[in-house]
Amino acid sequence: MSELLPTGATASVVSAHGVGRRYGPTVALDDVSLTVRPGESHALVGRNGAGKSTLVSLITGLSKPDTGTIEFGGEPAPPISQREAWRSRVACVYQYSTVIPHLTVAENLFLNRQSGGKFAISWKKLRTQSRELLDSWGVEVDVDTPAGELSVEDRQFVEIARALSYGARFIVLDEPTAQLDRQAIERLFVRMRDLQAAGVTFLFISHHLHEVYDVCQAVTVLRDARHVLTAPVTELSRAELVDAMTGEQGGLIVADAASREKLAEDSVASVTVDSLSGDSFENVSFQLRRGEVLGFAGSNASGKHQLAETVYGLRKPSAGRVSVAGKALEPGDVLAAMRAGIGCVPRDRHHQGLVLGLSIADNATMSILDRLGPGGIASPAARTKVATKAVADYDIVAAGPDEPVSSLSGGNQQKVVLARSLASDPNVLVLINPTAGVDVKSKQALLAVVDRVRAEGKAVLIVSDELDDLRLSDRVLVMRAGEVVAEHQAGWSDGDLVADIEGVELHD
Amino acid sequence: MTDVLVASPIRAKRTGWLRELALLPALVVLILIGGLVNDSFLSFDNLISVLGASAALALVVLGESLVLITGKFDLSLESTVGIAPALGAMLVIPALSAGFGTELPTFVGLVAILVVGAVVGVVNAFLIIKLQLNAFIVTLAMQIVLRGLLVGATNGKTLFDLPESFTNLSTATFLSLPMSVWLAGIAFAIAGWVLRYHRVGRALYAIGGNREAARAAGIRVDRISMMVFVVAGVLAALGGLVLTGYVGALNAGQGSGMVFTVFAAAVIGGISLDGGRGTMFGALTGVLLIGVVQNLLTLSQVPAFWIQSVYGGIILVALIISRFASGKSQL
Repeated sequence: MSELLPTGATASVVSAHGVGRRYGPTVALDDVSLTVRPGESHALVGRNGAGKSTLVSLITGLSKPDTGTIEFGGEPAPPISQREAWRSRVACVYQYSTVIPHLTVAENLFLNRQSGGKFAISWKKLRTQSRELLDSWGVEVDVDTPAGELSVEDRQFVEIARALSYGARFIVLDEPTAQLDRQAIERLFVRMRDLQAAGVTFLFISHHLHEVYDVCQAVTVLRDARHVLTAPVTELSRAELVDAMTGEQGGLIVADAASREKLAEDSVASVTVDSLSGDSFENVSFQLRRGEVLGFAGSNASGKHQLAETVYGLRKPSAGRVSVAGKALEPGDVLAAMRAGIGCVPRDRHHQGLVLGLSIADNATMSILDRLGPGGIASPAARTKVATKAVADYDIVAAGPDEPVSSLSGGNQQKVVLARSLASDPNVLVLINPTAGVDVKSKQALLAVVDRVRAEGKAVLIVSDELDDLRLSDRVLVMRAGEVVAEHQAGWSDGDLVADIEGVELHD
Repeated sequence: MTDVLVASPIRAKRTGWLRELALLPALVVLILIGGLVNDSFLSFDNLISVLGASAALALVVLGESLVLITGKFDLSLESTVGIAPALGAMLVIPALSAGFGTELPTFVGLVAILVVGAVVGVVNAFLIIKLQLNAFIVTLAMQIVLRGLLVGATNGKTLFDLPESFTNLSTATFLSLPMSVWLAGIAFAIAGWVLRYHRVGRALYAIGGNREAARAAGIRVDRISMMVFVVAGVLAALGGLVLTGYVGALNAGQGSGMVFTVFAAAVIGGISLDGGRGTMFGALTGVLLIGVVQNLLTLSQVPAFWIQSVYGGIILVALIISRFASGKSQL
């Protein structure tokens, strides 16, 4: 590690020397070193379960390393109990919100240190202070808004500003882009560069490798709880980076739809969507044929998620209809959609996909409970049997079908959701962000399943923010502001598709 | 990472089974202490009377547990315990004994009891699931309304002269156990089986664990949640009938204050107030634990004016013990 530090340079912002951490018999981190230099954005990448979160918890003082030491600016880290001291050195903006939703932005910023006299809070002063703080970092958010009403993007900026107000100039961003659309990510990066210029250092965690190249100067790769490499991004190709993460040769392999035979013109229509309108989309029509993969792209505000959720019955359309194999579906009825042969992977596995406290067996059989036995009997043995097969078929890494899904990694959780959607042997598969927040290898496994399903003659609808997911599609429809604005046949170039998503002209 | 990840869940699974049984040692210890403290406690007759006295509570706890597992709760069950058997009885008994004067056949009265429980459940379900009102305040209001209706209908009097079939459940025995105990036992067995072996039972856990995910998985979340309120109402009505038979009369305060004991038994038994967690076996142990405590308090002749504080204190201690015995938070 030390060879990265030019001799005589200013001390590192943070350096971890050979830190290790065990949780019971589990080695979460083994002899890992990390040095982040002042003013850089340092990427920390690795597959789910590689030890990123553990390392972050050690350098943010949430837990104490079993072995090794941590230093801030060359001085040993304060004891774990001194939260104030930690807070002035490092802050972490988590993927999930740490604001209190019903309190205003102003109060969230100064929670438990509200300005005023000894006893009473001066609300006026609190607001002014918050305004000044946000202004000084260029965050345009109304301080009187309840924090829960902020967009993900604004919430992150508020959390960054709060961290900076404690005096920390080193900020850990834990997958900040996971829930942002492309424009918001771009704005985040602009802000990061501005802050960097103002002397703030970032440790940036992301599953999106291109973001590492966009915004970071150095990258550290962890794999299986160990440190693999640290290098300037300019000296590391994408393929090398993926290799380092997976420990294998070759990058992400996705079966590109362009490389397979074109779907026969006469293949049977499976799903017909007729001038469907609903929450944030208007008058959308399309046909999805058997053996076809249809992709939907667009920003978060494009209405693509709502469209897909309407197709599988989670939302009620305001007009139009969805038919499967020629029969119109009962609007807004998930069960009816399932009985008609639609399986779905919902948008967000924590929110809609899984019951985290229940086992793999319970989750994997949740939508087929009525067909495990006569009269609705769903015995543990039957559930376990289905789940054991799913664990094997979808390569879910788990102790067994009785393990609660909350203890699985993101990629394996997503495999459980996919297993459930396919458990009913549907003819149509609707996938929304099927690979969000999963590591490269799981992504590959998930997409391979989708490709297999397509080859079996099922119709697949993929709505995704990730171009890799859409690569499988025979065609991709682009949505903007609730309408379909473009159609791309397989073999599209990234640039063209992104230009359509963003609504910018690439060629003129 | 594979081999590393595997280790801890196995451990979790093993302790999972232990947790199921965590309350049993506590129950055994309590029974042994009871035997030491009081000579008559361990007598066959007394142990049966513990069961007989717990039967009504058991049925109400069963209903409440089902509601809790789906992530809602119902405070009105204690008033259903009073009003359902009272209305049923008043349809049957003569006006002279404070009945309505309709003097309908007894079986109509018995059916009416269950119908009243179901109707209360339907109203609760409509307000909470359909109108999306807050379960706490809706069922609290319902508790007060029903109690008021009962006091109003009976003028606060106690109903005597109940037909024999109203009290039979608690007085008639089979293999020396009261029928009410068999009834509660069978109800628990069925509920336990459904929760583990039937899709509806699994749906309850899914709904309580994550409503949105259950909905997206095609589970009829609203329909099942409403059904659970109705089932709980019927079970509370049945519990009321058992309690009536046990007491031998029906006063306007029947069931009043019971909801505290019901929640205590459920929570001690490991039913999560957050939903999605808990088993019938656990709930039953919670009921028995409380039954034993109540029995011991009666036997040890704690002065009547002090009994409430002792009882409340013991429940607090029981909650603390079950928190550490199971290692689970009771949130």
